[in-house]
Amino acid sequence: MPLPSILEKHPRSEDQLIEILLEYQAAKDDHCISQEEILLISHYLNITESKVCSVISFYSFFSFVPRGKYVIQLCKDIPCFLNNSGNILKVLENLLGITVGETTPNRLFTLELTSCLGCCDKPPAMRIDGKTYTNLNPDKIKVIISEYSGKQP
Amino acid sequence: MVNLRINSIDISVPENTTILNAAKANNIKIPTLCYYEDLGIKSDCRICVVEIEGQKGLSTSCSTMVKEGMVVKTNSPRVLNARKTITELILANHDANCTACAKNLNCELQALANKLGIDHNRFETVLKVRPIDDNNPSIVRNPNRCIKCGRCIDVCKNIQGINVLEMMGRSHDAAVTPAYGRYLSEEFCTFCGQCSSVCPVGAILEKDDTDRVWKALHEPNKKVIVQIAPAVRVSLGEEIGAKAGSIVTGKLVAALKLLGFYQVFDTDFTADLTIIEEGNELIRRVAEGGVLPMITSCCPGWISFAEQHYPEILDHLSTCKSPQQMFGALAKTYYADKMDIDLADLFVVSVMPCTAKKYEAEREEMSSDHQHPDVDAVLTTREIGKMIRQMGINFDKLEEAPFDNPFGITTGAAAIFGATGGVMEAALRTVYEVVNKKPLKDINFTNVRGLEGIKEAEVKLGDKVVKVAVAHTLANAKKIAEQVKNGTSPYVFIEVMCCPGGCIGGGGQPYGTTTKTRQERIDATYRVDENMPIRKSHENPIIAELYKEFLIAPLGEKSHHLLHTHYHPRIRS
Amino acid sequence: MIEKRVISKRCGIINPLSIDDYLRTDGYIVLKKALKTDRIKLIEEVEASRLRGRGGAGFPAYMKMVGLAKEKGPVKYVIGNADEGEPGNFKDRYLMENDPHQILEGMIIVAFATMASHGYLYVRGEYSLPMSTMQWAIEEARRNNFLGSNILGSGFDFDIEIRSGAGSYVCGEEFALIESIEGKPGRTRVKPPFPTQKGLFGKPTLINNIETFSNIPLIISIGGKKYAETGTKSSTGTKLLCLSGNAKVKGVFEVPFGVTIRQVVEELGQGTESGRKIKMVQLGGACGPIIPEYMLDMVIDYERFEEFESKTGAGAIIVIDDRFNIFDILMRVVRFFEHESCGKCTPCREGHAQLAIIINKFIERKATAKDLFSLESLARVMHQTSLCGLGQTSPTAIISTLRYFREDYIEQIDYPINMGGQ
Repeated sequence: MPLPSILEKHPRSEDQLIEILLEYQAAKDDHCISQEEILLISHYLNITESKVCSVISFYSFFSFVPRGKYVIQLCKDIPCFLNNSGNILKVLENLLGITVGETTPNRLFTLELTSCLGCCDKPPAMRIDGKTYTNLNPDKIKVIISEYSGKQP
Repeated sequence: MVNLRINSIDISVPENTTILNAAKANNIKIPTLCYYEDLGIKSDCRICVVEIEGQKGLSTSCSTMVKEGMVVKTNSPRVLNARKTITELILANHDANCTACAKNLNCELQALANKLGIDHNRFETVLKVRPIDDNNPSIVRNPNRCIKCGRCIDVCKNIQGINVLEMMGRSHDAAVTPAYGRYLSEEFCTFCGQCSSVCPVGAILEKDDTDRVWKALHEPNKKVIVQIAPAVRVSLGEEIGAKAGSIVTGKLVAALKLLGFYQVFDTDFTADLTIIEEGNELIRRVAEGGVLPMITSCCPGWISFAEQHYPEILDHLSTCKSPQQMFGALAKTYYADKMDIDLADLFVVSVMPCTAKKYEAEREEMSSDHQHPDVDAVLTTREIGKMIRQMGINFDKLEEAPFDNPFGITTGAAAIFGATGGVMEAALRTVYEVVNKKPLKDINFTNVRGLEGIKEAEVKLGDKVVKVAVAHTLANAKKIAEQVKNGTSPYVFIEVMCCPGGCIGGGGQPYGTTTKTRQERIDATYRVDENMPIRKSHENPIIAELYKEFLIAPLGEKSHHLLHTHYHPRIRS
Repeated sequence: MIEKRVISKRCGIINPLSIDDYLRTDGYIVLKKALKTDRIKLIEEVEASRLRGRGGAGFPAYMKMVGLAKEKGPVKYVIGNADEGEPGNFKDRYLMENDPHQILEGMIIVAFATMASHGYLYVRGEYSLPMSTMQWAIEEARRNNFLGSNILGSGFDFDIEIRSGAGSYVCGEEFALIESIEGKPGRTRVKPPFPTQKGLFGKPTLINNIETFSNIPLIISIGGKKYAETGTKSSTGTKLLCLSGNAKVKGVFEVPFGVTIRQVVEELGQGTESGRKIKMVQLGGACGPIIPEYMLDMVIDYERFEEFESKTGAGAIIVIDDRFNIFDILMRVVRFFEHESCGKCTPCREGHAQLAIIINKFIERKATAKDLFSLESLARVMHQTSLCGLGQTSPTAIISTLRYFREDYIEQIDYPINMGGQ
């Protein structure tokens, strides 16, 4: 959905900034906000670009830099670490051929580490495209990744 | 009253006093870093922590109100250890190359570290070097020195309403920058320099032009002349250790002569000239149905703001240049001819309370020959203070000296340009008498004086009573501009100054400017006015002579070419 | 069985997406009763219950209600804090996914008692499923006039809007949360004024964890005095605990305050999954103390935890077996808080990087005795001087291991060569 139509759904009030950014970034394939888009949002809400940038740079969800179509976020915190998340990371790195912070050449996957996802009862856990995957093991990872790879025409 | 005990001393202070102020009132100085009088309490740096009996942890004295029976320790071992540790943490993420920093010996972080007796740092340095922004004529930002106190963001957002600087990111990557970390010159920055005025360290400074001026002064054939702004004479004293509001005009002229300036002039002269030109412009607009309200144009910060945010009201601005620029234009034409000085040998310097004036001097329109700037270099009050110290001049012992001719006579009206409301009052003293063809009973227009954000007054011009307004700080300028844009402005003439208090509160003024020092400088300004023999611009005999000899008539062809300018809308799409 | 399922009694039993299921299991009956009760009486019941906030800080719930009630309206806010980001905690997720209406009922009762006009539910952005469950429940509640105008004919108007987090743990802190709803970075504010005096959009605001709100219907139903009969003197009622890490059985368990950690870990968690010995347990979350096995007989209660100069945290119990050493955990704790620090105050912003440098020295066996002192000193300074709960509690793990696992540090000191300094 193009940005102007998302903007129109929200009142022109500063407190709508995070809601707008969340909605818009989720709708974009490259999961980022560009400079032109930041300018549009700042005009709509009558705030400075600096203000919009301060919010984007603060919250982990947002990115200035284009990312892959599917952003894989693996939990890096203690409960998952105690349940072999380190091994899951290695499996993902080998499968995708990238390390943390990188995007695959076909721009399909970006690999990130994220803070605790609140799935400590079913570790290790990761999040892709708004969906949470738990009780991970190497086999499950392979199935999940191939499903996402398959979705790409 | 609230009774409490600080460091075993029983004291009594009014309710709603912070521990910090309660201590200060009783000669106990608690160290601070992010705290700045007049700005909101941030409680970020955590340096001012104290121990309060019965409370776990340490509390910041800047943000904690006194309570009856409180027992406070400001220097217990826990407190001292905390302060030292926090200061070392700051230093570990700071470019502490002090001897290569313009704030050396005048830096709040240095002073704090020294006071705490820090002589080594147990923490490793974690500074990630970022590029410096010196891509504009006025301000230099060095993020490697930033201690993230947030004062600059506060003043830019809340006093000026501009909000160019923000805290970006989290954790130790948090940094104070404009959007995308881009240059200030690419932003809606007006170069007002208020940020540089409040920065405790050397992270935001004015661009240093002293080297260029020294170079010119040392060139054998160069004739370097200097003009001093009205606000400087009531502020420079603070650079040399005098109280705020000390009037140091004569000694400043003497000092500048010692520095090697060929002649020392008073910007007040061209302030008088501005009143003649602008006063006539206003009278003409009123009589001929020109664009009203008319808005003053001597403040380059305001001009930038209007060009960026309110291009639709640019025809309301007076076309007059600022006194600085009128002086430069006259210097490179009238003065050079009269004194028979080759333009290649003439170097014009101005001393201003303002950082935006450096940008103004480099504007393309500010050049009479369309090749070279009319004003070659602008120094702030702080920079001229530095040069005086560099020369080792014993300022106090100097004999007062007068300004040079041919611009040696100025008026009280010109002197008050430095205070908010001063330009308005100066203009009214002339416009009233010219239109009504009779002298004012009282030339003091006190309604336009003082630190209130927007001031109004009514003046009888002919058979009409007109309303005028005065605004200072860009946040207030915005309110005025909105009215003008919407066509709802009830005023005929408006003065706008972008700095709090007017030019005396400028971004290039001595450090430690507060509401109190602004008031003291303003009071001194009006004292200068009261002591002038001539107090109205149109009574300045040298101005009359200038028109007779050179300009011919106000708003005439020569004036139009040298003393008036135009503006450019500068919106980013 | 030490479990006492009162707050979680419906979890796993009812269909969370069915308001009928909720109504059939005594749902919204307490709200009906509350709307006919004198407001002050409602607050008095909460006071008698001695309910403490379940998000980690343990602040008496009734005091916030009194604080909000006495402020003049008309605009006053009640906010449910579901920004559960503390590692090891998933009880709020559990409550939202399994019994969403109980949270709403608690919020509406509190809003009525304090004459609040608007409600928000702040859910962390990663909780997509719980967020949509709550959104569905809110819409169902509106359709049945439990939310909206003139609730059940009482004349009381109140509605709740959901706001999403965007990946910031610190937004679980009261003022950071408020800043986030206002569309700004989640940086806390100077206190006072407190949220009940000047909170969201400058108006009086009450914020509580959603588990706290979930206790409200029970308190109003059986009375505060009866509620206080469960638990201990300083900590009444039950707590949802989250067992994770190397525990054999992981999940949410509801127990009365006063049981011991060992009872939870052995009876409910059934020891370790690996069968190995328990080396240590981290209590409350990453912000909590790490205690050795021999301290597991400690009673779960707010006062006992305050001996660690920390709060209970939100109720996480992370079991760690003897395959791991303290530095594996500490490094992750420090890196977590380093990443999540908002950057506003100096000790937290700059301190975590330095803590990580020193911990790394211990990991690499390059630490000196001076480093041991520096670590403890820095941890205590951060604890004592940070502006908000994040910086104040992040060093708790380090401080507790310095007390209970000191030998582990000393073993890693590279001495006697560097003993005594540079």
